[in-house]
Amino acid sequence: MNRKVTAWEKVEIARNPKRKTALDYIENIFDDFIELHGDRNFKDDKAMVCGLARIGEQNFTIIAEQKGRTTKENIERNFGMPNPESYRKAIRFMKQAEKFGRPVITFIDTKGAYPGIGAEERGQGEAIAKSMFEMAKLRVPIIAIVIGEGSSGGALAIGVANKVFMLENAIYSILSPEGYSSILWKDANRFKEAAEKMKLTAKDLYDLKVIDKVIKEPNGDSEESFSKIVCSLKKEIKKVINEMSTLTTKEIVQERYKKFRNMGEFINLQEE
Amino acid sequence: MIVDKIKKQEVKNVKNKKPNIDIPVGKWIKCDNCKEILYKEAVRDNLSICPNCGHYFRMHIGKRLNLIIDDGTYKRFDINIDTPNPLQLEDYPRKLKSLREKTGLEEAVSCGIGNINGEKVVICIMDSAFLMGSMGIVVGEKITYSIEQAVQKRLPLIIFSTSGGARMQEGIISLMQMAKTTAALTKLHEAGLLYISVLTDPTYGGVTASFASLGDIILAEPKAMIGFAGQRVIEQTIGESLPEGFQTAEFLLEHGFIDKIVERKDLKETIYKLIKFHKGGLTYSE
Repeated sequence: MNRKVTAWEKVEIARNPKRKTALDYIENIFDDFIELHGDRNFKDDKAMVCGLARIGEQNFTIIAEQKGRTTKENIERNFGMPNPESYRKAIRFMKQAEKFGRPVITFIDTKGAYPGIGAEERGQGEAIAKSMFEMAKLRVPIIAIVIGEGSSGGALAIGVANKVFMLENAIYSILSPEGYSSILWKDANRFKEAAEKMKLTAKDLYDLKVIDKVIKEPNGDSEESFSKIVCSLKKEIKKVINEMSTLTTKEIVQERYKKFRNMGEFINLQEE
Repeated sequence: MIVDKIKKQEVKNVKNKKPNIDIPVGKWIKCDNCKEILYKEAVRDNLSICPNCGHYFRMHIGKRLNLIIDDGTYKRFDINIDTPNPLQLEDYPRKLKSLREKTGLEEAVSCGIGNINGEKVVICIMDSAFLMGSMGIVVGEKITYSIEQAVQKRLPLIIFSTSGGARMQEGIISLMQMAKTTAALTKLHEAGLLYISVLTDPTYGGVTASFASLGDIILAEPKAMIGFAGQRVIEQTIGESLPEGFQTAEFLLEHGFIDKIVERKDLKETIYKLIKFHKGGLTYSE
């Protein structure tokens, strides 16, 4: 397949229900993984998986948006759309990561934070804001990996990382192309055009400096190509953690701060 | 300081344009709530509140400044920037131009330093008349710059929010402004400085999910609509209609997400009082 994959085709690939989910990656990248539950406040929201993992002697804290792999699991996991408890669980794990000096790896894969009555009652906006706030000042390295759909604030909520990786066929955007075209052009049918315009592919986002690395996806959805992705992710995680091992906590925070401080180049009219 | 990373493009300087936000087009205005036809001047003299039913009209930046900041003390930050139109949308620059002419505003937020009963503050005021107060690169940068100024000058920060959320026209870069403004607030937090967030009608999406929800104190105007997801989206998702009073300031107060609902006429005094309460904290030794 040499033909260039269009942005809309990537959206379809990223959303394919057969696409590998966060747990598939976690179970294969890490030598050991234990899932731990609950936000200690309201409930355990299953749209977010948190836990501890290890590669060799290096421990990690894992925070991952998890879609279901079956219909039953999808219902349990609310189709990967987090309620506020997900973000509060994530915050709890970030703080523990800091306490015990573990780097954090997040996996981004969501259509967005859940738009529901309960979600609003329990402060969806506040939960997302607080999650970004805690990430921005966390004194351990954070790597975020966009593996499927990274849509809207619900994705960015766990995306304030030192390094952001993105799979070649994943998408990362302000909103779904459908939502975008209906808001901007009052026409929900122009979603394919929206997908092209929005700059939501890994390459576009790399050029915009929103992400740091594109992880190549070999053709096809065979187990062999999956294991290649797992292999590169493992290699890149190890590389970044190794590179950052000489930094002070201050430098770790500062590096992340600088990255997001510089988001959005602008035209300066001062010198006119 | 502002880093100029983009070469100059063809940009008109909008600096010298006169604001015309307070000049009514017609003399009459209809209240959205009670449908009464009102004399515009009577509404304006009543803090943009309907004299008939008490409905709050959305307030423009100029009026808000008059309401909150001591006369003659506001000094706008000298930061004149424009969006590079990151998605290269054809009609976006034209839309911005016509909005600038129509509203007299350069963008959806005005930021500067001013006094509240003599207390110096950094203040940002958003305006929903400008592209629904949406946050793109310029709004994100101005808010971030203001937060940095508050840290540098050790001043309290006051932000009046009103916004539909992240600005669609600038795509993912608008989304990233949520992280940028939020990260800047961690510095304010670590500097031990006060941030009062005031939510006005409407505050939604990426603004609710970033700086607007991160105040040490969060105030709101009565009946202001505040939320993350828009009501239509929620209705479509859950397939049922929403309860009465959903996402109002009163709803948020009940659920514990804001500190206090404050009437427009009392806002200045309340903010002043809160600033005073945050002064002179004792420093205990370690």
